[in-house]
Amino acid sequence: MTINTLSQDGVQRQQMPCLTKMERMIISMQDPDMGIKLRNQRLLITVIPHAMTGLDIVEWLIKKCSISDEEALHVGQLFVKYGYIYPLKEPRNLILKADDSSYRFQTPYYWMSTRWPASELDYAIYLAKKNIRKQGELIEYEKECYNALHKRINHTWDFVVMQAREQLRASKQRRKGDRIVLECQEQAYWLVNRPPPGTQDSIDHGPERRTTNTRVQLNAEFYKKEIEHNRISLARNRVKSSICLESYVKYCEQYQPHDPIMQGCLPSNPWITDDIMFWNMNSETVALPTKLRVERWSFSFMELLNDQMGRKEFLTYLEKEFSAENLCFWQACEDVRHGETAKIPEKVDEVYKQFLAPGASRWVNIDSKTMEKTLEGLKRPHRFVLDDAQMHIYFLMKKDSYPRYLKSELYKNLLARAIVPQETKKSVFPFMRRQRHSSPSPALATQTAEDDGKAKYSNSNSGTASRL
Amino acid sequence: MAAQPSDTLATLKTESETLKTKLEEERAKLHDVELHQVAEKTEALGQFVMKTRRTLKGHGNKVLCLDWCKDKRRIVSSSQDGKVIVWDAFTTNKEHAVTMPCTWVMACAYAPSGCAVACGGLDNKCSVYPLSLDKNENLAAKKKSVAMHTNYLSACCFTNSDMQILTSSGDGTCALWDVESGQMLQSFHGHAADVLCLDLAPSETGNTFVSGGCDKKSCVWDMRTGQCVQSFETHESDINSVRYYPSGDAFASGSDDATCRLYDLRADREVAIYSKESIIFGASSVDFSLSGRLLFGGYNDYTINVWDVLKGTRVSILFGHENRVSTLRVSPDGTAFCSGSWDHTLRIWA
Repeated sequence: MTINTLSQDGVQRQQMPCLTKMERMIISMQDPDMGIKLRNQRLLITVIPHAMTGLDIVEWLIKKCSISDEEALHVGQLFVKYGYIYPLKEPRNLILKADDSSYRFQTPYYWMSTRWPASELDYAIYLAKKNIRKQGELIEYEKECYNALHKRINHTWDFVVMQAREQLRASKQRRKGDRIVLECQEQAYWLVNRPPPGTQDSIDHGPERRTTNTRVQLNAEFYKKEIEHNRISLARNRVKSSICLESYVKYCEQYQPHDPIMQGCLPSNPWITDDIMFWNMNSETVALPTKLRVERWSFSFMELLNDQMGRKEFLTYLEKEFSAENLCFWQACEDVRHGETAKIPEKVDEVYKQFLAPGASRWVNIDSKTMEKTLEGLKRPHRFVLDDAQMHIYFLMKKDSYPRYLKSELYKNLLARAIVPQETKKSVFPFMRRQRHSSPSPALATQTAEDDGKAKYSNSNSGTASRL
Repeated sequence: MAAQPSDTLATLKTESETLKTKLEEERAKLHDVELHQVAEKTEALGQFVMKTRRTLKGHGNKVLCLDWCKDKRRIVSSSQDGKVIVWDAFTTNKEHAVTMPCTWVMACAYAPSGCAVACGGLDNKCSVYPLSLDKNENLAAKKKSVAMHTNYLSACCFTNSDMQILTSSGDGTCALWDVESGQMLQSFHGHAADVLCLDLAPSETGNTFVSGGCDKKSCVWDMRTGQCVQSFETHESDINSVRYYPSGDAFASGSDDATCRLYDLRADREVAIYSKESIIFGASSVDFSLSGRLLFGGYNDYTINVWDVLKGTRVSILFGHENRVSTLRVSPDGTAFCSGSWDHTLRIWA
């Protein structure tokens, strides 16, 4: 994120949107009719005008945004952190308290959007003023900053001291109340922009975006491409919103029982009860799958294929139908598409020999046009050369074999036998927490043969959950 | 008379803007109903209780990115000080740690096999580290440099296998790389500024991905041809995060303009905005629950907001992190989600 600032080349960068929003709200808060009621606040022996309590702020936010106390306090806290509101009693503590502690609005002069980044010169003057006013009033970290600045901008130090003295003289001529207010405002500004070590730096924003060194060239070519893209987009076929949006309602409804966060999961959510039964029961190699899992295969062909167990079941079915080569072909094409570039020619060759060549052992039935195009492409094999053929076989399975599989005895049988786990409740007694078992790392698959002797499974009782 | 180069550029820019306006008008024509209207008949969600179930402590600095392993319990996370850690989030044990030679490791990803992780950041590269279980092995020694950009790496993601990686960068481009050879297979140009995020489509044909950037644009790309297939420009600020709706027919984006938005790919338009007056700071990271009913957003004001995707309302606000939430991902089986923050911790919520 970048904030409103003039960079080296004088180019105005983008205003940070959150600052604009905060300022808008701050202005609302100060509205004479709808804003917070300000009153005078006594600070020791002086009266500070236009102050409010922390509770005022929180209550105003609750009403304005229709939020809870907790959220209102949180939002109010951000205004204090970013220096739009500052505390009067404990100025060093940039915290919002929802009680009768006093706060004031920072003057726009010191807003983050008008005065950022804080200049070194200004900081030096500020510290110099503090130093002059009362010798040794500078806190440790301020002393360090002061000395560092003195070294760094030594050439302008006379100017710094001169400015400091001038500002101190001017402030002496003000009324005590005004003077204190101005000092508070200035102090608040520096607490935000030069936070003491150990406190959170609100203005820390991460690495610079839109840096000048490698900017995208917004040249004629760029715009020509954009124009072309927009022209094509204009001619695009669109679907009515009512149809599209209805599909989300259906999708959410269909998947809700499968969404552990929405509806829980049986036997229990491992993260909540520390019981990993749910993962064990849904693993790839489990003997009997759960009912929900088998049901999910009927939602779409992709769901069936994405589940290794579903894929295996489907393959078994296809074998009975003597069309297993379709799924094998599809898998082989996936391997080409997502595999190592260097291995593509040899993989494509394998696929040709096994599935496409006349008289191949597992010949797949593709329409002649696609076959012709594919065979032509094989002369110069590349990653996507089998795409058309793969798509053809995919849709063949999807439209034909898949629906029949769902109606088959194989599927219905499995669905009938599938498990509905019993719910295990979280232990009533908090100290009877289940032991959290480790599981073998998937990285173990990379262990070489030499390592076999040393291969260990770290305290793995991953097959069972123990009860205390 | 020779045409002034500056005139031509200005003319082109105007032409492009005019077309964009026309495009938005066309898109509006088929918009006959709002999502929340269609969702009126859907049951409202009840009280939502999600708590922190695990806190992963170990990073000495801001956590910037995280990714789940397909085993549903392991996580890789990266931080500002260059550390990349692999955790078994269930036991909270750290299993691997790598120190990158650069700071601000903004991108990390777990390989589908679970045997490697990819990461990168201010080094402008994406490197792949195979995960070894030998405690004495120096993971950094086996590191493979895969991607090279001319500016910071903002996001990376393996495609359906360990062999290909998709990257996005501050140099305004995305690219697809072959891991073994480090060769660039395809590059994607079209963003006018830094690309900050990307997500792979869960579609049947598995050929597209979406990216979002500092130009306030989100683009859908064809991985085969490198062409931008669709683009949307309704956000008012940088897009920090994009995530596909589980069906692949839509995607959500989170932006510095403090809103999350839903874009439908068939209707070819924005169909929902998730915003609230009290949410002032940008959304850094978004993800859907398994059914797509809930959208989780991690924000720069340290909170996580939970949105009802269909009704457009905010269901819950989660407090706990003590600094910006920078990354958020739902686990592969939807049992929990993990949030990473500038407060140096990761939290598992369920």
